[in-house]
Amino acid sequence: MARETKMDKQKMVVVEGSYAVANAVRVCKPNVISAYPITPQTHIVEELSKFMADGEIPNCEYINVESEFSALSALVGSSAVGARSYSATTSQGLELMHEVLFNVAGMRLPIVMTVANRAVSAPINIWNDHQDSISQRDTGWIQLYAENIQEVSDMTAQAFKISEDRDVMMPCMTCMDGFILSHVYEPLVLLEQEITDEFLPPFRPERILDSKNPLTFGAFADPNIYTEFRYQQERAMQNALKKIEDTANEFYDMYGRHFGGLIDEYRTEDADIIIMAMGSIIGTIKDVIDRLRERNVKVGLLKVRAFRPFPAEAIMNVIRDVKVVVVLDKNISLGMNAGALFIETKSVLYNTDIDVPVIGYMMGQGGRDVPMSTIEKIISDAEEVMRSGIKIESQFTDLKEELV
Amino acid sequence: MKEIRIHGRGGQGSVTAAELLAVAAFADGKFSQAFPAFGVERRGAPVQAFTRISDAPIRLRSQIYKPDYVIVQDPTLLESVDVASGLKDDGTLIINSDFDPETFKLDTKAKIMTVNATKIALDIIGMPIVNTVLLGAFAGATGEIRPESIMGAVRERFPGKVGERNAQAIMKAYEMMEGQK
Repeated sequence: MARETKMDKQKMVVVEGSYAVANAVRVCKPNVISAYPITPQTHIVEELSKFMADGEIPNCEYINVESEFSALSALVGSSAVGARSYSATTSQGLELMHEVLFNVAGMRLPIVMTVANRAVSAPINIWNDHQDSISQRDTGWIQLYAENIQEVSDMTAQAFKISEDRDVMMPCMTCMDGFILSHVYEPLVLLEQEITDEFLPPFRPERILDSKNPLTFGAFADPNIYTEFRYQQERAMQNALKKIEDTANEFYDMYGRHFGGLIDEYRTEDADIIIMAMGSIIGTIKDVIDRLRERNVKVGLLKVRAFRPFPAEAIMNVIRDVKVVVVLDKNISLGMNAGALFIETKSVLYNTDIDVPVIGYMMGQGGRDVPMSTIEKIISDAEEVMRSGIKIESQFTDLKEELV
Repeated sequence: MKEIRIHGRGGQGSVTAAELLAVAAFADGKFSQAFPAFGVERRGAPVQAFTRISDAPIRLRSQIYKPDYVIVQDPTLLESVDVASGLKDDGTLIINSDFDPETFKLDTKAKIMTVNATKIALDIIGMPIVNTVLLGAFAGATGEIRPESIMGAVRERFPGKVGERNAQAIMKAYEMMEGQK
């Protein structure tokens, strides 16, 4: 449940989302950064390069590479020797990393990477949706989604802390909507150095690559032992569930800001209808909910902050007694005619005593704007489901039929 | 909440103007949000940038469809772009032009104002860069923001002589528009 966040306006500044993230990375004192510029992530790595050139990130190496594949591969080495390692990417860059993403998770390297979420080709499209990171959901990376630039800035420090926890040791993607958050100017409190030094202790992994004490990472595993590696990775992800929640609370105690742990809730207390969504669309939904609440529509929001590990229990607790659940996805699992959040939500409800209708909408693909009117229309659909049941389980919104 | 749309051509600093407006509004004690119409950053092409200003924190992330104010940096845009699109009836449209407002026959009930920002920019800044000048005009025409806050934001972004000259031009445009209200 949301904890009250009081923002001190005196401490806030108006900066671009990308700057806020780059600054947060600087404050977290990384030892190695490697990234390849790609729209709309570019401003993040430009700002980091400036910090490097100005000597503002001491004890850090910025490794220039020729591709995203190389960027993440370089970090496999650096993280394995015990260096706090960071990258940022999006879309095709993230897809190019696909193979390495598994390696990072398999070797239990707590790399943190910002994903400035963007659609994937073809057709080429540089605008926002969640297809890039959602398509990497099985790689073993923790995935957190932010609603505004304050949250993604704060999430950067949280991500290192979660990933580097000895019971977790899994990498983390902090996901921010490309352009919508990466290029927006809005007020925030920049991540504070002094508090962060206390919140995030230096990275001291139990095992590192060390020529004096040789070890092998990611070596051959035959059928006798491979399953056990996979089991331990899954166990680490389950451990991360608690760690994500604890870290958000600890962050709140020290910084006074909280945007949810695994999930967040908004006006859910007496809600008949719950909307589930991730990312920057959360803000727009909150405005719609306030408007509809004035008309006595009992609607609330369940913000999914952690998509991996999937917060099944936290979600079930919120939707147990509601009348309709509406899931919004900025992605599609082709051949399933549904978005990933919708599919996962439905799957965790099966074999339980919860019997609530769930409908899904695929929206905002390739940067198509989601105005308040689209959300209002969806909520009126949900009211219809309350009255007369599900007619269409999962569908595209704002589809231009005349172009099809 | 007040919503502002800035029309310009790629290279004219529309996005910078929107950002400076957000910085200035926050300095005035408001909350603000600025964002570009993404992905059209070609020199000379019509571009748009947006700013929201509000007393409360801004959560809305959709594009702006019904602006309270529109700023047009280049009057030749009127030939190809519907700059008055969605503009509220009680809104204001500010055009960089040496013509009288009545010259512009636009499909809007909103108030149309003109300011020769190019001349002010050439006279004071020495270059035909009008984005900051128009922010001064915006402050004078609407009263939504203090000119000092805009000058402060511009000085911070462009330290030294450049910022000073811009600040002078902002004040000049502000005074001209204030007088017309």
